[in-house]
Amino acid sequence: MKRIVFLSGKGGTGKTTLAAAYASRADNLVIVDADVDAANLHLVFRPEVIGTGSYQGSKTATREDAKCTACGRCLAVCRFGAIRPDFTVDEFLCEGCGACVTVCPSDAMALVERTSGEWYVGRTTRGTMVGAELYPGEEVSGKLVSVVKEKADDIASSEAAQRIAIDGSPGIGCPVIASTTGTQAAVLVTEPSRSGLHDLERILGVVRHFGIPAFLVINKADLSESLATRIEEFAAAEALPLLGRVPYDTRVIAALQRGISPIDDPESSAGRAMEDIVARLVKELGTLS
Amino acid sequence: MRVAIASGKGGTGKTLVAVNLAAALRDRVETTLVDCDVEAPNGHLFLAPTFSTRETVAKRVPRVDESVCTQCGACTAACEFNAITLMAGRILVFDELCHGCGRCGLVCPAGAIREMDHPLGEIEFGSSGALRFAHGRLHIGEAMASPIISQLREAVPDTAWTILDAPPGTACSVITTLHDVDVAVLVTEPTPFGLHDLRAAVGVVRALGLPAGVVINRHGVGDDAVDRYCETERLPVLLRIPFDRRIAETGAEAQLLIDALPEWRTAFVDLAERVKELVR
Repeated sequence: MKRIVFLSGKGGTGKTTLAAAYASRADNLVIVDADVDAANLHLVFRPEVIGTGSYQGSKTATREDAKCTACGRCLAVCRFGAIRPDFTVDEFLCEGCGACVTVCPSDAMALVERTSGEWYVGRTTRGTMVGAELYPGEEVSGKLVSVVKEKADDIASSEAAQRIAIDGSPGIGCPVIASTTGTQAAVLVTEPSRSGLHDLERILGVVRHFGIPAFLVINKADLSESLATRIEEFAAAEALPLLGRVPYDTRVIAALQRGISPIDDPESSAGRAMEDIVARLVKELGTLS
Repeated sequence: MRVAIASGKGGTGKTLVAVNLAAALRDRVETTLVDCDVEAPNGHLFLAPTFSTRETVAKRVPRVDESVCTQCGACTAACEFNAITLMAGRILVFDELCHGCGRCGLVCPAGAIREMDHPLGEIEFGSSGALRFAHGRLHIGEAMASPIISQLREAVPDTAWTILDAPPGTACSVITTLHDVDVAVLVTEPTPFGLHDLRAAVGVVRALGLPAGVVINRHGVGDDAVDRYCETERLPVLLRIPFDRRIAETGAEAQLLIDALPEWRTAFVDLAERVKELVR
Protein backbone atom coordinates (compact mmCIF):
# COMPACT_ATOMS: atom_id res chain seq x y z
CA MET A 1 0.00 0.00 0.00
CA LYS A 2 1.36 3.41 -0.96
CA ARG A 3 0.56 6.86 0.36
CA ILE A 4 0.98 9.79 -2.03
CA VAL A 5 0.77 13.36 -0.73
CA PHE A 6 0.15 16.51 -2.80
CA LEU A 7 1.95 19.59 -1.48
CA SER A 8 3.03 23.01 -2.67
CA GLY A 9 4.46 25.35 -0.06
CA LYS A 10 2.64 28.28 -1.66
CA GLY A 11 -1.14 28.13 -1.57
CA GLY A 12 -3.40 28.20 -4.58
CA THR A 13 -1.04 26.50 -7.00
CA GLY A 14 -3.38 23.60 -7.76
CA LYS A 15 -2.72 20.87 -5.17
CA THR A 16 -6.37 19.95 -4.93
CA THR A 17 -6.89 19.96 -8.70
CA LEU A 18 -3.91 17.63 -9.19
CA ALA A 19 -4.90 15.41 -6.26
CA ALA A 20 -8.37 15.16 -7.79
CA ALA A 21 -6.85 14.32 -11.19
CA TYR A 22 -4.83 11.48 -9.68
CA ALA A 23 -7.78 10.22 -7.67
CA SER A 24 -9.93 10.30 -10.81
CA ARG A 25 -7.60 7.80 -12.53
CA ALA A 26 -6.01 5.60 -9.85
CA ASP A 27 -7.93 2.52 -8.74
CA ASN A 28 -8.14 0.77 -5.35
CA LEU A 29 -7.91 4.11 -3.70
CA VAL A 30 -8.69 5.86 -0.44
CA ILE A 31 -8.88 9.65 -0.76
CA VAL A 32 -7.80 11.93 2.09
CA ASP A 33 -8.41 15.65 2.37
CA ALA A 34 -5.70 16.68 4.82
CA ASP A 35 -6.12 20.43 4.28
CA VAL A 36 -8.20 20.54 7.43
CA ASP A 37 -8.46 24.32 7.74
CA ALA A 38 -9.38 25.02 4.12
CA ALA A 39 -10.74 21.73 2.83
CA ASN A 40 -11.88 21.73 -0.78
CA LEU A 41 -11.53 18.23 -2.21
CA HIS A 42 -15.06 17.31 -1.14
CA LEU A 43 -16.32 19.98 -3.55
CA VAL A 44 -14.98 17.81 -6.37
CA PHE A 45 -15.89 14.32 -5.16
CA ARG A 46 -19.02 15.17 -3.15
CA PRO A 47 -18.78 12.30 -0.70
CA GLU A 48 -21.93 10.66 0.57
CA VAL A 49 -21.11 10.83 4.26
CA ILE A 50 -21.38 7.50 6.09
CA GLY A 51 -19.72 8.40 9.37
CA THR A 52 -18.68 11.46 11.35
CA GLY A 53 -17.19 12.23 14.71
CA SER A 54 -15.93 15.12 16.70
CA TYR A 55 -12.28 15.45 17.55
CA GLN A 56 -11.18 16.47 21.00
CA GLY A 57 -7.51 17.02 20.56
CA SER A 58 -6.76 19.78 22.97
CA LYS A 59 -7.70 21.41 26.22
CA THR A 60 -8.20 24.93 27.33
CA ALA A 61 -7.82 26.59 30.71
CA THR A 62 -10.88 27.93 32.48
CA ARG A 63 -11.13 29.95 35.63
CA GLU A 64 -13.60 29.50 38.44
CA ASP A 65 -14.18 33.16 39.24
CA ALA A 66 -15.25 32.64 42.85
CA LYS A 67 -12.00 30.90 43.76
CA CYS A 68 -9.65 33.37 42.11
CA THR A 69 -7.74 35.58 44.55
CA ALA A 70 -6.16 37.66 41.76
CA CYS A 71 -2.67 36.72 42.93
CA GLY A 72 -1.43 36.94 39.35
CA ARG A 73 0.71 33.78 39.29
CA CYS A 74 -1.14 32.46 36.22
CA LEU A 75 -0.40 35.65 34.32
CA ALA A 76 3.27 35.45 35.27
CA VAL A 77 3.69 31.81 34.27
CA CYS A 78 1.79 31.78 30.97
CA ARG A 79 4.18 31.95 28.04
CA PHE A 80 1.44 32.33 25.44
CA GLY A 81 -0.12 35.60 26.57
CA ALA A 82 -3.37 33.75 27.18
CA ILE A 83 -4.09 35.20 30.63
CA ARG A 84 -5.61 38.65 30.41
CA PRO A 85 -4.72 41.38 32.94
CA ASP A 86 -7.96 40.59 34.78
CA PHE A 87 -6.84 36.91 35.02
CA THR A 88 -9.47 35.58 32.61
CA VAL A 89 -8.41 33.21 29.82
CA ASP A 90 -8.17 34.13 26.15
CA GLU A 91 -9.23 30.80 24.64
CA PHE A 92 -7.80 31.67 21.24
CA LEU A 93 -4.33 32.11 22.70
CA CYS A 94 -4.47 29.33 25.29
CA GLU A 95 -2.43 26.28 24.28
CA GLY A 96 -3.91 24.10 27.00
CA CYS A 97 -0.58 23.39 28.68
CA GLY A 98 -1.86 23.71 32.23
CA ALA A 99 1.04 25.74 33.64
CA CYS A 100 -1.52 28.12 35.16
CA VAL A 101 -3.28 25.16 36.79
CA THR A 102 0.00 24.08 38.36
CA VAL A 103 0.82 27.47 39.88
CA CYS A 104 -2.67 28.52 41.00
CA PRO A 105 -2.67 28.38 44.82
CA SER A 106 -6.46 28.56 45.15
CA ASP A 107 -7.45 25.82 42.69
CA ALA A 108 -9.28 28.32 40.51
CA MET A 109 -7.80 27.14 37.21
CA ALA A 110 -8.69 23.90 35.45
CA LEU A 111 -8.16 22.37 32.04
CA VAL A 112 -11.24 21.28 30.11
CA GLU A 113 -11.40 19.28 26.89
CA ARG A 114 -12.41 21.18 23.85
CA THR A 115 -13.75 19.99 20.54
CA SER A 116 -11.32 21.12 17.89
CA GLY A 117 -12.95 19.82 14.76
CA GLU A 118 -14.97 17.14 13.04
CA TRP A 119 -13.96 14.29 10.77
CA TYR A 120 -16.03 12.38 8.25
CA VAL A 121 -15.86 9.27 6.14
CA GLY A 122 -17.78 9.25 2.88
CA ARG A 123 -18.33 7.26 -0.28
CA THR A 124 -17.39 8.71 -3.64
CA THR A 125 -17.39 7.29 -7.14
CA ARG A 126 -13.59 7.06 -6.87
CA GLY A 127 -13.34 5.34 -3.52
CA THR A 128 -13.83 6.00 0.15
CA MET A 129 -12.90 9.49 1.23
CA VAL A 130 -11.83 10.76 4.65
CA GLY A 131 -11.60 14.39 5.61
CA ALA A 132 -11.99 16.79 8.47
CA GLU A 133 -12.75 20.33 9.32
CA LEU A 134 -10.78 22.14 11.98
CA TYR A 135 -12.74 24.71 13.93
CA PRO A 136 -11.46 28.25 13.41
CA GLY A 137 -8.38 29.12 15.39
CA GLU A 138 -7.70 25.64 16.70
CA GLU A 139 -4.09 24.71 16.96
CA VAL A 140 -4.20 20.97 16.61
CA SER A 141 -4.32 20.92 12.82
CA GLY A 142 -1.42 18.48 12.71
CA LYS A 143 -3.06 16.13 15.21
CA LEU A 144 -6.32 16.22 13.27
CA VAL A 145 -4.42 15.39 10.07
CA SER A 146 -2.88 12.41 11.86
CA VAL A 147 -6.32 11.23 13.00
CA VAL A 148 -7.64 11.44 9.44
CA LYS A 149 -4.61 9.58 8.08
CA GLU A 150 -5.03 6.80 10.67
CA LYS A 151 -8.66 6.40 9.64
CA ALA A 152 -7.60 6.23 6.01
CA ASP A 153 -5.07 3.52 6.88
CA ASP A 154 -7.74 1.47 8.63
CA ILE A 155 -10.12 1.85 5.70
CA ALA A 156 -7.38 1.00 3.22
CA SER A 157 -6.55 -2.22 5.02
CA SER A 158 -10.18 -3.28 5.42
CA GLU A 159 -10.90 -2.52 1.74
CA ALA A 160 -7.54 -3.93 0.59
CA ALA A 161 -6.92 -0.61 -1.13
CA GLN A 162 -3.54 -0.20 -2.79
CA ARG A 163 -3.17 3.57 -2.56
CA ILE A 164 -3.98 6.53 -0.36
CA ALA A 165 -4.02 9.92 -2.07
CA ILE A 166 -3.57 12.79 0.38
CA ASP A 167 -4.39 16.39 -0.48
CA GLY A 168 -2.17 18.45 1.82
CA SER A 169 -2.27 22.02 3.03
CA PRO A 170 -0.12 24.99 2.01
CA GLY A 171 2.90 26.00 4.04
CA ILE A 172 5.66 23.86 5.54
CA GLY A 173 4.61 23.65 9.20
CA CYS A 174 2.58 21.47 11.50
CA PRO A 175 -0.24 20.13 9.25
CA VAL A 176 2.13 19.73 6.30
CA ILE A 177 4.58 17.69 8.36
CA ALA A 178 1.71 15.58 9.69
CA SER A 179 0.41 14.89 6.18
CA THR A 180 3.90 14.15 4.83
CA THR A 181 5.28 11.68 7.36
CA GLY A 182 4.77 8.05 6.43
CA THR A 183 4.13 8.73 2.74
CA GLN A 184 6.01 7.00 -0.05
CA ALA A 185 5.89 9.87 -2.55
CA ALA A 186 5.17 13.61 -2.64
CA VAL A 187 3.85 15.45 -5.67
CA LEU A 188 4.89 19.10 -5.43
CA VAL A 189 2.61 21.42 -7.37
CA THR A 190 4.00 24.84 -8.20
CA GLU A 191 3.20 27.77 -10.44
CA PRO A 192 5.53 29.89 -12.56
CA SER A 193 6.13 32.80 -10.21
CA ARG A 194 9.01 33.86 -8.02
CA SER A 195 6.81 33.16 -5.00
CA GLY A 196 6.01 29.69 -6.35
CA LEU A 197 9.71 28.92 -6.85
CA HIS A 198 10.70 30.32 -3.44
CA ASP A 199 8.10 28.20 -1.67
CA LEU A 200 8.89 25.14 -3.80
CA GLU A 201 12.46 25.31 -2.50
CA ARG A 202 11.11 25.28 1.05
CA ILE A 203 8.63 22.42 0.61
CA LEU A 204 11.26 20.37 -1.24
CA GLY A 205 13.49 20.90 1.79
CA VAL A 206 10.75 19.49 4.01
CA VAL A 207 10.04 16.35 1.96
CA ARG A 208 13.78 15.68 1.57
CA HIS A 209 14.19 16.22 5.34
CA PHE A 210 11.80 13.30 5.77
CA GLY A 211 13.47 11.30 2.99
CA ILE A 212 10.42 11.13 0.74
CA PRO A 213 10.80 10.89 -3.06
CA ALA A 214 9.35 13.98 -4.71
CA PHE A 215 7.94 14.78 -8.16
CA LEU A 216 7.14 18.17 -9.65
CA VAL A 217 4.17 19.56 -11.56
CA ILE A 218 4.22 23.11 -12.94
CA ASN A 219 0.62 24.29 -13.07
CA LYS A 220 -0.63 27.33 -15.04
CA ALA A 221 2.75 26.98 -16.74
CA ASP A 222 2.12 29.40 -19.61
CA LEU A 223 1.36 32.36 -17.31
CA SER A 224 5.10 33.08 -17.28
CA GLU A 225 7.36 31.22 -19.68
CA SER A 226 10.51 32.68 -18.11
CA LEU A 227 9.60 31.57 -14.59
CA ALA A 228 8.46 28.15 -15.82
CA THR A 229 11.90 27.74 -17.37
CA ARG A 230 13.63 28.87 -14.17
CA ILE A 231 11.61 26.33 -12.19
CA GLU A 232 12.60 23.59 -14.65
CA GLU A 233 16.24 24.58 -14.24
CA PHE A 234 15.86 24.47 -10.47
CA ALA A 235 14.24 21.02 -10.70
CA ALA A 236 17.03 19.73 -12.95
CA ALA A 237 19.70 21.03 -10.56
CA GLU A 238 17.90 19.40 -7.62
CA ALA A 239 17.29 16.12 -9.50
CA LEU A 240 13.58 16.64 -8.93
CA PRO A 241 11.72 14.76 -11.68
CA LEU A 242 9.25 16.90 -13.63
CA LEU A 243 5.99 15.09 -14.31
CA GLY A 244 4.83 17.81 -16.69
CA ARG A 245 3.40 21.26 -17.24
CA VAL A 246 -0.30 22.09 -17.06
CA PRO A 247 -1.40 25.13 -19.10
CA TYR A 248 -3.61 27.84 -17.62
CA ASP A 249 -7.13 26.98 -18.73
CA THR A 250 -10.34 28.68 -17.62
CA ARG A 251 -12.13 25.37 -18.19
CA VAL A 252 -10.56 24.14 -14.93
CA ILE A 253 -12.65 26.59 -12.92
CA ALA A 254 -15.71 25.84 -15.07
CA ALA A 255 -15.31 22.12 -14.34
CA LEU A 256 -15.00 22.77 -10.60
CA GLN A 257 -18.13 24.90 -10.75
CA ARG A 258 -19.94 21.90 -12.19
CA GLY A 259 -18.44 19.76 -9.44
CA ILE A 260 -16.38 17.57 -11.74
CA SER A 261 -12.71 16.76 -11.70
CA PRO A 262 -11.05 18.93 -14.40
CA ILE A 263 -9.20 15.88 -15.78
CA ASP A 264 -12.62 14.51 -16.77
CA ASP A 265 -13.29 17.43 -19.11
CA PRO A 266 -12.18 16.08 -22.51
CA GLU A 267 -12.28 19.58 -24.03
CA SER A 268 -9.81 21.00 -21.51
CA SER A 269 -6.17 21.50 -22.49
CA ALA A 270 -5.29 21.44 -18.78
CA GLY A 271 -7.23 18.19 -18.43
CA ARG A 272 -5.27 16.55 -21.27
CA ALA A 273 -1.98 17.67 -19.73
CA MET A 274 -3.05 16.24 -16.37
CA GLU A 275 -3.92 12.97 -18.14
CA ASP A 276 -0.26 12.63 -19.23
CA ILE A 277 1.02 13.73 -15.82
CA VAL A 278 -1.10 11.20 -13.95
CA ALA A 279 -0.04 8.43 -16.34
CA ARG A 280 3.60 9.31 -15.71
CA LEU A 281 3.01 9.51 -11.95
CA VAL A 282 1.34 6.09 -11.87
CA LYS A 283 4.32 4.66 -13.76
CA GLU A 284 6.83 6.32 -11.43
CA LEU A 285 4.97 5.11 -8.34
CA GLY A 286 5.12 1.58 -9.71
CA THR A 287 8.91 1.73 -9.67
CA LEU A 288 9.12 2.92 -6.05
CA SER A 289 9.74 0.29 -3.43
CA MET B 1 -4.11 51.25 12.54
CA ARG B 2 -3.42 47.54 12.23
CA VAL B 3 -4.92 45.85 9.22
CA ALA B 4 -4.56 42.12 8.51
CA ILE B 5 -4.75 40.79 4.97
CA ALA B 6 -6.13 37.28 5.26
CA SER B 7 -7.91 34.56 3.30
CA GLY B 8 -9.03 31.03 3.92
CA LYS B 9 -7.73 29.68 0.66
CA GLY B 10 -4.08 30.03 -0.24
CA GLY B 11 -2.90 31.70 -3.39
CA THR B 12 -5.82 34.09 -3.71
CA GLY B 13 -3.62 37.19 -3.72
CA LYS B 14 -3.05 38.17 -0.07
CA THR B 15 0.53 39.12 -0.73
CA LEU B 16 -0.41 40.98 -3.92
CA VAL B 17 -2.84 43.12 -1.92
CA ALA B 18 -0.53 43.55 1.09
CA VAL B 19 2.57 44.65 -0.82
CA ASN B 20 0.74 46.99 -3.17
CA LEU B 21 -1.26 48.56 -0.36
CA ALA B 22 1.92 49.07 1.64
CA ALA B 23 3.82 50.47 -1.34
CA ALA B 24 0.96 52.80 -2.28
CA LEU B 25 0.94 54.21 1.26
CA ARG B 26 4.64 54.36 2.07
CA ASP B 27 5.31 57.85 0.70
CA ARG B 28 2.11 59.28 2.16
CA VAL B 29 2.08 58.02 5.72
CA GLU B 30 4.31 56.04 8.07
CA THR B 31 3.72 52.43 7.07
CA THR B 32 4.99 49.02 8.15
CA LEU B 33 4.47 45.72 6.37
CA VAL B 34 4.76 42.60 8.52
CA ASP B 35 4.81 39.37 6.51
CA CYS B 36 3.33 36.89 8.99
CA ASP B 37 3.27 33.98 6.53
CA VAL B 38 6.40 32.55 8.08
CA GLU B 39 5.97 29.18 6.39
CA ALA B 40 5.91 30.62 2.88
CA PRO B 41 7.04 34.25 3.12
CA ASN B 42 6.99 36.08 -0.20
CA GLY B 43 6.56 39.80 0.54
CA HIS B 44 10.31 40.40 0.41
CA LEU B 45 10.39 39.17 -3.19
CA PHE B 46 8.14 42.10 -4.19
CA LEU B 47 9.68 44.79 -2.01
CA ALA B 48 13.37 43.82 -2.02
CA PRO B 49 13.91 45.23 1.48
CA THR B 50 17.31 45.92 2.99
CA PHE B 51 17.52 44.06 6.28
CA SER B 52 19.29 45.59 9.25
CA THR B 53 18.48 43.22 12.11
CA ARG B 54 17.93 39.51 12.55
CA GLU B 55 16.77 37.59 15.63
CA THR B 56 16.46 33.89 16.25
CA VAL B 57 13.13 32.61 17.52
CA ALA B 58 13.37 29.65 19.85
CA LYS B 59 11.16 27.71 22.18
CA ARG B 60 12.34 26.62 25.61
CA VAL B 61 12.60 22.84 25.75
CA PRO B 62 13.42 20.82 28.87
CA ARG B 63 16.63 18.93 29.56
CA VAL B 64 16.65 16.50 32.46
CA ASP B 65 19.66 16.13 34.73
CA GLU B 66 19.60 12.35 35.18
CA SER B 67 21.87 12.50 38.22
CA VAL B 68 19.18 14.47 40.06
CA CYS B 69 16.02 12.97 38.48
CA THR B 70 14.21 10.52 40.75
CA GLN B 71 11.99 9.24 37.92
CA CYS B 72 8.92 10.18 39.92
CA GLY B 73 6.94 10.77 36.73
CA ALA B 74 5.53 14.16 37.74
CA CYS B 75 6.75 15.80 34.53
CA THR B 76 5.38 13.09 32.26
CA ALA B 77 2.01 13.28 34.01
CA ALA B 78 1.93 17.06 33.74
CA CYS B 79 2.84 17.35 30.07
CA GLU B 80 -0.28 17.82 27.95
CA PHE B 81 1.63 17.23 24.72
CA ASN B 82 3.28 13.86 25.45
CA ALA B 83 6.60 15.56 24.88
CA ILE B 84 8.32 14.06 27.90
CA THR B 85 8.05 10.38 28.75
CA LEU B 86 9.65 7.80 30.96
CA MET B 87 10.79 4.87 28.86
CA ALA B 88 12.98 1.94 29.87
CA GLY B 89 14.21 3.77 32.94
CA ARG B 90 15.09 6.96 31.08
CA ILE B 91 13.37 10.28 30.64
CA LEU B 92 13.00 11.11 26.95
CA VAL B 93 12.12 14.57 25.62
CA PHE B 94 10.58 14.96 22.17
CA ASP B 95 11.52 18.50 21.21
CA GLU B 96 9.19 18.59 18.19
CA LEU B 97 6.14 17.86 20.37
CA CYS B 98 7.14 20.29 23.14
CA HIS B 99 5.26 23.60 23.23
CA GLY B 100 7.82 25.18 25.52
CA CYS B 101 5.28 25.92 28.25
CA GLY B 102 7.64 25.14 31.13
CA ARG B 103 5.13 23.13 33.12
CA CYS B 104 7.47 20.13 33.54
CA GLY B 105 10.00 22.37 35.26
CA LEU B 106 7.29 23.77 37.53
CA VAL B 107 6.18 20.35 38.74
CA CYS B 108 9.58 18.67 39.10
CA PRO B 109 10.13 18.20 42.87
CA ALA B 110 13.84 17.42 42.43
CA GLY B 111 14.72 20.50 40.42
CA ALA B 112 16.13 18.22 37.74
CA ILE B 113 14.77 20.14 34.75
CA ARG B 114 16.60 22.93 33.03
CA GLU B 115 15.57 24.55 29.80
CA MET B 116 17.46 25.24 26.64
CA ASP B 117 16.63 27.06 23.45
CA HIS B 118 15.38 25.05 20.51
CA PRO B 119 15.51 27.32 17.44
CA LEU B 120 12.31 27.42 15.40
CA GLY B 121 13.16 30.11 12.90
CA GLU B 122 14.21 33.69 12.59
CA ILE B 123 12.76 37.15 12.16
CA GLU B 124 14.27 40.01 10.17
CA PHE B 125 13.68 43.75 10.12
CA GLY B 126 14.53 46.30 7.50
CA SER B 127 13.09 48.78 5.09
CA SER B 128 12.10 49.22 1.49
CA GLY B 129 12.26 52.92 0.74
CA ALA B 130 10.13 54.69 3.31
CA LEU B 131 8.39 51.45 4.20
CA ARG B 132 9.37 49.52 7.28
CA PHE B 133 9.43 45.81 6.60
CA ALA B 134 9.58 42.75 8.83
CA HIS B 135 9.15 39.06 8.21
CA GLY B 136 9.83 35.67 9.75
CA ARG B 137 10.97 32.31 8.49
CA LEU B 138 10.12 28.94 9.98
CA HIS B 139 13.08 26.55 9.76
CA ILE B 140 12.64 23.57 7.43
CA GLY B 141 11.31 20.58 9.36
CA GLU B 142 9.94 22.64 12.27
CA ALA B 143 6.19 22.51 12.91
CA MET B 144 5.36 25.55 15.02
CA ALA B 145 4.80 28.79 13.17
CA SER B 146 2.82 30.70 15.80
CA PRO B 147 5.71 31.51 18.19
CA ILE B 148 7.57 33.13 15.30
CA ILE B 149 4.54 35.23 14.40
CA SER B 150 4.08 36.26 18.05
CA GLN B 151 7.69 37.33 18.44
CA LEU B 152 7.58 39.12 15.09
CA ARG B 153 4.49 41.07 16.10
CA GLU B 154 5.89 41.95 19.53
CA ALA B 155 9.10 43.21 17.98
CA VAL B 156 7.49 45.52 15.43
CA PRO B 157 6.36 48.92 16.73
CA ASP B 158 3.09 50.26 15.38
CA THR B 159 3.13 52.95 12.75
CA ALA B 160 0.21 54.95 11.36
CA TRP B 161 -0.47 51.96 9.12
CA THR B 162 0.70 48.48 10.10
CA ILE B 163 -0.21 45.95 7.45
CA LEU B 164 -0.03 42.26 8.40
CA ASP B 165 0.12 39.70 5.60
CA ALA B 166 -1.46 36.58 7.14
CA PRO B 167 -0.82 32.93 6.33
CA PRO B 168 -3.61 31.05 4.54
CA GLY B 169 -6.14 28.93 6.40
CA THR B 170 -8.04 29.46 9.62
CA ALA B 171 -5.82 27.71 12.15
CA CYS B 172 -3.75 29.04 15.05
CA SER B 173 -1.15 30.91 13.00
CA VAL B 174 -3.94 32.96 11.42
CA ILE B 175 -5.40 33.76 14.83
CA THR B 176 -1.98 34.85 16.08
CA THR B 177 -1.83 37.23 13.12
CA LEU B 178 -5.36 38.55 13.62
CA HIS B 179 -4.96 39.04 17.36
CA ASP B 180 -5.48 42.69 18.31
CA VAL B 181 -5.81 44.05 14.77
CA ASP B 182 -8.38 46.73 13.99
CA VAL B 183 -9.70 45.37 10.73
CA ALA B 184 -9.31 42.43 8.34
CA VAL B 185 -9.25 42.47 4.56
CA LEU B 186 -10.22 39.06 3.18
CA VAL B 187 -8.84 38.29 -0.25
CA THR B 188 -10.71 35.71 -2.30
CA GLU B 189 -11.27 34.57 -5.85
CA PRO B 190 -14.57 33.86 -7.62
CA THR B 191 -14.22 30.07 -7.67
CA PRO B 192 -15.97 27.32 -5.68
CA PHE B 193 -12.82 26.82 -3.59
CA GLY B 194 -12.44 30.56 -3.06
CA LEU B 195 -16.03 30.91 -1.87
CA HIS B 196 -15.89 27.88 0.40
CA ASP B 197 -12.75 29.12 2.14
CA LEU B 198 -13.99 32.72 2.29
CA ARG B 199 -16.91 31.46 4.37
CA ALA B 200 -14.42 29.90 6.79
CA ALA B 201 -12.40 33.12 6.96
CA VAL B 202 -15.56 35.14 7.61
CA GLY B 203 -16.33 32.70 10.44
CA VAL B 204 -12.95 33.53 11.99
CA VAL B 205 -13.22 37.32 11.77
CA ARG B 206 -16.77 37.20 13.15
CA ALA B 207 -15.65 35.00 16.05
CA LEU B 208 -12.97 37.60 16.78
CA GLY B 209 -15.44 40.46 16.39
CA LEU B 210 -13.38 42.17 13.69
CA PRO B 211 -14.74 44.48 11.03
CA ALA B 212 -13.93 43.04 7.62
CA GLY B 213 -14.17 43.74 3.93
CA VAL B 214 -13.42 41.64 0.87
CA VAL B 215 -11.09 41.98 -2.10
CA ILE B 216 -12.08 39.79 -5.03
CA ASN B 217 -9.02 38.92 -7.07
CA ARG B 218 -9.09 37.42 -10.57
CA HIS B 219 -12.57 38.84 -10.89
CA GLY B 220 -14.28 37.49 -13.97
CA VAL B 221 -12.73 34.02 -14.08
CA GLY B 222 -15.56 32.22 -12.33
CA ASP B 223 -19.13 33.15 -11.58
CA ASP B 224 -20.77 35.77 -9.36
CA ALA B 225 -21.32 33.47 -6.37
CA VAL B 226 -18.74 35.35 -4.26
CA ASP B 227 -20.35 38.70 -5.11
CA ARG B 228 -23.74 37.34 -4.15
CA TYR B 229 -22.39 35.83 -0.93
CA CYS B 230 -20.84 39.18 0.07
CA GLU B 231 -24.13 40.92 -0.61
CA THR B 232 -26.10 38.42 1.49
CA GLU B 233 -23.59 38.63 4.32
CA ARG B 234 -23.35 42.44 4.04
CA LEU B 235 -19.63 42.25 3.54
CA PRO B 236 -18.38 45.29 1.66
CA VAL B 237 -16.40 44.45 -1.47
CA LEU B 238 -13.51 46.90 -1.19
CA LEU B 239 -11.80 46.19 -4.49
CA ARG B 240 -12.16 43.93 -7.51
CA ILE B 241 -8.99 43.03 -9.38
CA PRO B 242 -9.83 41.48 -12.75
CA PHE B 243 -8.07 38.45 -14.15
CA ASP B 244 -5.65 39.95 -16.63
CA ARG B 245 -2.57 38.24 -18.01
CA ARG B 246 -0.53 41.42 -17.52
CA ILE B 247 -1.40 41.42 -13.81
CA ALA B 248 -0.56 37.71 -13.60
CA GLU B 249 2.79 38.37 -15.29
CA THR B 250 3.79 41.20 -12.95
CA GLY B 251 2.86 38.98 -10.02
CA ALA B 252 4.89 36.10 -11.44
CA GLU B 253 7.97 38.34 -11.67
CA ALA B 254 7.23 39.68 -8.16
CA GLN B 255 6.84 43.21 -9.49
CA LEU B 256 4.62 45.72 -7.75
CA LEU B 257 1.40 46.18 -9.66
CA ILE B 258 1.37 49.89 -8.82
CA ASP B 259 4.77 50.28 -10.52
CA ALA B 260 4.22 48.02 -13.51
CA LEU B 261 0.69 49.27 -14.20
CA PRO B 262 0.58 52.72 -12.55
CA GLU B 263 -3.17 53.08 -13.09
CA TRP B 264 -3.47 50.72 -10.10
CA ARG B 265 -1.83 53.13 -7.65
CA THR B 266 -5.06 55.10 -7.18
CA ALA B 267 -7.00 51.88 -6.67
CA PHE B 268 -4.79 50.90 -3.72
CA VAL B 269 -4.89 54.39 -2.19
CA ASP B 270 -8.69 54.16 -2.47
CA LEU B 271 -8.56 50.73 -0.87
CA ALA B 272 -6.78 52.27 2.12
CA GLU B 273 -9.56 54.87 2.42
CA ARG B 274 -12.23 52.19 2.32
CA VAL B 275 -10.40 50.13 4.93
CA LYS B 276 -10.22 53.18 7.18
CA GLU B 277 -13.98 53.66 6.84
CA LEU B 278 -14.54 50.09 8.06
CA VAL B 279 -12.86 50.90 11.35
CA ARG B 280 -14.97 53.96 12.07
